[in-house]
Amino acid sequence: MSSNSVAVPEKGRKKKAGLHNTLLYLKQHWQLYVIFLLPALALTIIFKYFPMGGILIAFKNYNPFKGILASDWVGFKHFQRFLSSPDFMTYLINTLKLSIYGLLWGFPIPIILAFLLNRIESKGIKKKVQLVLYMPNFVSVIVLCGIVRIFLSVTGPINMLLGTQINFMTMPSAFRTIYIASGIWQGAGWGSIMYTAALSNASQDLKEAAVIDGANIFQQIKAVEWPAIKDMVVIQFILQAGNIMSIGFEKAYALQTDLNMKTSEIIATYVYKKGLLDGDYSFSTAVGLFNTIVNVILILAVNKIVAKMNDGKGL
Amino acid sequence: MKKKSRFARYSAQDKALLLTGYILLGLFVVAIIIPMAYIIVGSFMDPITLQNKGIVFDFEKWTLTAYQRVMSNSQIWIGFKNAVIYSVVFTFVSVAITLLAAYPMSRADFKGKGLFNAIFVITMFFGGGLIPTYLLISNLGLLDSMWAIILPGAFSVWNMIIARTYYQGIPNDLKEAASVDGANEIIFFFRILLPVCTPVIAVLALWQFVGMWNSYFDALIYLNDASKQPLQLVLRSILIQNQPESGMISDMQSTAARAQLAELLKYATIIVSSLPLIVMYPFFQKYFDSGIMAGSIKG
Repeated sequence: MSSNSVAVPEKGRKKKAGLHNTLLYLKQHWQLYVIFLLPALALTIIFKYFPMGGILIAFKNYNPFKGILASDWVGFKHFQRFLSSPDFMTYLINTLKLSIYGLLWGFPIPIILAFLLNRIESKGIKKKVQLVLYMPNFVSVIVLCGIVRIFLSVTGPINMLLGTQINFMTMPSAFRTIYIASGIWQGAGWGSIMYTAALSNASQDLKEAAVIDGANIFQQIKAVEWPAIKDMVVIQFILQAGNIMSIGFEKAYALQTDLNMKTSEIIATYVYKKGLLDGDYSFSTAVGLFNTIVNVILILAVNKIVAKMNDGKGL
Repeated sequence: MKKKSRFARYSAQDKALLLTGYILLGLFVVAIIIPMAYIIVGSFMDPITLQNKGIVFDFEKWTLTAYQRVMSNSQIWIGFKNAVIYSVVFTFVSVAITLLAAYPMSRADFKGKGLFNAIFVITMFFGGGLIPTYLLISNLGLLDSMWAIILPGAFSVWNMIIARTYYQGIPNDLKEAASVDGANEIIFFFRILLPVCTPVIAVLALWQFVGMWNSYFDALIYLNDASKQPLQLVLRSILIQNQPESGMISDMQSTAARAQLAELLKYATIIVSSLPLIVMYPFFQKYFDSGIMAGSIKG
């Protein structure tokens, strides 16, 4: 390009000057790209973008000996098979119910906890309560589900207390309650941290003024505390609602028993079993892709709705 | 003059409301403590009483049998060792890569920022999914290697955003003072920027460590070799699948005794495996507020 530089018209010269500046910038700041950014970029491209190419097998009959590219195309066959199977609705509804109920029950509790924590006057007590509230967050999913299974076993303390012999873990009707309640037990305290931090940063003067004006608790919350956390609540809601379809595999799988599958089999566990246990790679990828696409649509929709409700401010 | 407590200034109605709230909070705290206390007490009891009568405070009969069996089990120790290695390496690699990447992304004058940001953020919402990722790992020859569970999740876009937000909150004076001295980017980053970012580094490190220590899915699909399995997979066979390694219970004569012992082992296993994090986390508590706030304000 530089060989015909004499003849370049005005516009081209400007472009060239821009290019020159860019090169100069890159020369001066190469460290930013090579040392700071490259490791993250390389990992992202290898472990996130390469697998996106692998999605092709959802439209093929994947044959391990032929590889991804050489396997035969089958179009939407796997999607049709999944969407027309009687299990599809069950798994989709199980997934949706588990995460939507989980969101509805689980979302407000950290906020309420934060309001209460914020009104504890003794710093010492507040800190001790927080210490306990955050603790379950550090218990692993396996240990949590282990504790749940111990407590709910036929000879466990709950049955002993009730004087019954109910095997809760085998009841499809109990699965969601177990899943959501144990989730609140584990996560509500941890989820309150950012609200608590925001509330304690809210202007103390405003609070005092509200109290002196004779505002009752609801009025104080409305005037001082809610404005301090409102944006955060909105963002958290968008994020969590957007994650409805990406509800995790780990806990559902650890709480599954052969007998509660009717409610406990969600898309994530189904994808795992179909794909890695049965080796039905293409079909499993198609199911996973379906899940991802629904998730993306959900995120966009939730963001739009919230933006509308929140004076045009979404994420 | 003693300042009147805030509680005394509430109206009667507010007091009732607040009291109800505190009682609910108290119940929640108790609901957290009881299962933990139950497991702790249960782990010292003899299995037969535990199964027939539940918790009995008969201290003379308390034993350390369960702990002895758990501690003398090699599979648990292998799991522990692996979990420590994976978690430490993962935390170090992940936090380093994330902090590094957040630096150029935090600078207003960084060319290509929009493009890189798009590349990163897309991966938060869209991905190849389980099987394509599995095939990639398999093709890279990483099955049964610890890098299979470390590298794919090592760069977290979310954590990068948190670190970036934190960097942006640091006064510009610092940067200007540094460039007067002719410090280059690397020296500035390590000598000046990182030392003032302790809270966010502590929180990110804690998150990554806890995340790796407590997860099992990646290990379940990528690590089949028993000698490579982290603690959570060992726990899974004891707690979820009811299949403790046979050596732990095989000396018991009857099936019933084996089942009771297997049940008791669960208690001790829970304690032994959860203790490290539960003990560690209060030391990080002071960083929670500032570190977590950094990430929560902007999205």
